[in-house]
Amino acid sequence: MAVSLSCNNIEKSFGKVSALKNITFEVNRGEIFGVIGPDGAGKSTLFRILTTLLLADKGSATVDGFDVVKDYREIRNIVGYMPGKFSLYQDLTVEENLRIFATLFKTTIQENYHLIKDIYSQIEPFKKRMAGALSGGMKQKLALSCALIHKPTVLFLDEPTTGIDPVSRRELWEMLRKLKYQGITIIVSTPYMDEASLCDRIALIQNGEFLKIDTPHSITQSFSKKLFSVKGKNMGSLLNKLREMPGVVTCFAFGDSHHVTAEFDHGPDGPITPESLRNKLNAVGEEELEISLIEPNIEDCFMDLIAGNRQN
Amino acid sequence: MKVIEVENLTKRFGSFTAVDNISFSVERGEIFGFLGANGAGKTTAMRMLCGLLKPTSGKGVVAGYDINRQSEKIKASIGYMSQKFALYEDLKVWENIRLYAGIYGVPEAEAKERTEVLLEELGFKEERETFVKSLPLGWRQKLAFSVSIFHNPGIVFLDEPTGGVDPITRRQFWEMIYKASERGITIFVTTHYMDEAEYCDRVSIMVDGRIDALDTPRALKREFSASSMDEVFRKLARKATKNGL
Repeated sequence: MAVSLSCNNIEKSFGKVSALKNITFEVNRGEIFGVIGPDGAGKSTLFRILTTLLLADKGSATVDGFDVVKDYREIRNIVGYMPGKFSLYQDLTVEENLRIFATLFKTTIQENYHLIKDIYSQIEPFKKRMAGALSGGMKQKLALSCALIHKPTVLFLDEPTTGIDPVSRRELWEMLRKLKYQGITIIVSTPYMDEASLCDRIALIQNGEFLKIDTPHSITQSFSKKLFSVKGKNMGSLLNKLREMPGVVTCFAFGDSHHVTAEFDHGPDGPITPESLRNKLNAVGEEELEISLIEPNIEDCFMDLIAGNRQN
Repeated sequence: MKVIEVENLTKRFGSFTAVDNISFSVERGEIFGFLGANGAGKTTAMRMLCGLLKPTSGKGVVAGYDINRQSEKIKASIGYMSQKFALYEDLKVWENIRLYAGIYGVPEAEAKERTEVLLEELGFKEERETFVKSLPLGWRQKLAFSVSIFHNPGIVFLDEPTGGVDPITRRQFWEMIYKASERGITIFVTTHYMDEAEYCDRVSIMVDGRIDALDTPRALKREFSASSMDEVFRKLARKATKNGL
């Protein structure tokens, strides 16, 4: 498989704050690679280095074989970049924005229309409207069209779904799937853990460090603890009682249930099972319990990794 | 006791109806989730409830005051926190607390004493002199929430308070929300995280300026034969027509 992006030991500090620590990874051609982590983890700094907008302190990186420092001009011609903050011209119309980007890259809207057709046709009825007057979802679609109009080989999307409602988020991911099948490599960052499963591979990032790089499936498979889902009549007191229970490592609310992690074989009274949990919780007055052993999702894994880091 | 009660609230901008005849009420101490797609009218509705925008028609009472005639009284009686702006970045942690306490008229001696109590509770004692801009986002949001309820308002409006926050801090934030609601503070919250909708006592979902669903998460899931609030949301939002998303 051809390597589309390669990043070796990249480091970056701002004053005393170390924003990126020893970041190393590769992305293959046509892959959707997700960089997943909270705000302030270093996602945007990494994207800015890879798109030649910022110099790293240490390390090297190539995009499509071009060096991010030496060959920055070539890279700027072949990548598409959609920054986290809406950065188009608010007082130009939808169509004018798109035409500017096409012209800057010495192409025309007509020439690459096939690439943006699915996305742009949805906002084309509003092409005479000022970009500043668009709704959040429409702005996103225009920004993506502008990032694609010069037919990039690698597309960088910095938090394209932040602040976007669940329905529009889903639509955006469907568009990314289609672009992938056109052979475009996509590097996308997001704070939403549930979007991890839509990527081919992901990196989990926290405090400037990659905690893990793998396929979403391998990451959930490597979860090192037992995981239980617990529901009851009084979720508030249930949370507190679970946290006090011997053998329980963590307990957090997770939608309509609590997720409880426990070591596989430890615990003073032997391993925790749904039955043993039920008995103990009944004994302290918890009622209407529903307890089951469950498979972890990416959010469980991320929480387990950062909880481990905080203890160390 | 009702802390919010609105009837036929409508807001038009020119020929565009952003909020279309909504009616609902929120009880004291309730955690009320206010959901909807981008452009559905949430922000406009919230601005009317906070006394920042006059309705085109309809009436409402928030924290005991009329939204048409007593908007200044409303502003003084509520708490407000948004994801985008909540604290002054160039002020220190303790300065932010004292500033907001002052703005909301907490007596100085009391503010002084309770600032230290709050720093202790949050585990922020060592960050007392830190500028807010150098705090991690999650810490900042916890501080912003504490500041927004420092004057013990009857109700606090939280506009996407957990956006971009890491998953553990996000949950700790919700535990703070629970504590505030136990103290009798009503919570009015918007979010794009559908798991957080499950933590609310009741949830409303806005579609095209109207409230299309309002009930407990459990009842909504039953009504829409859905296994999660995410599914409920998707089934409802699909009906949206006017915002062109």
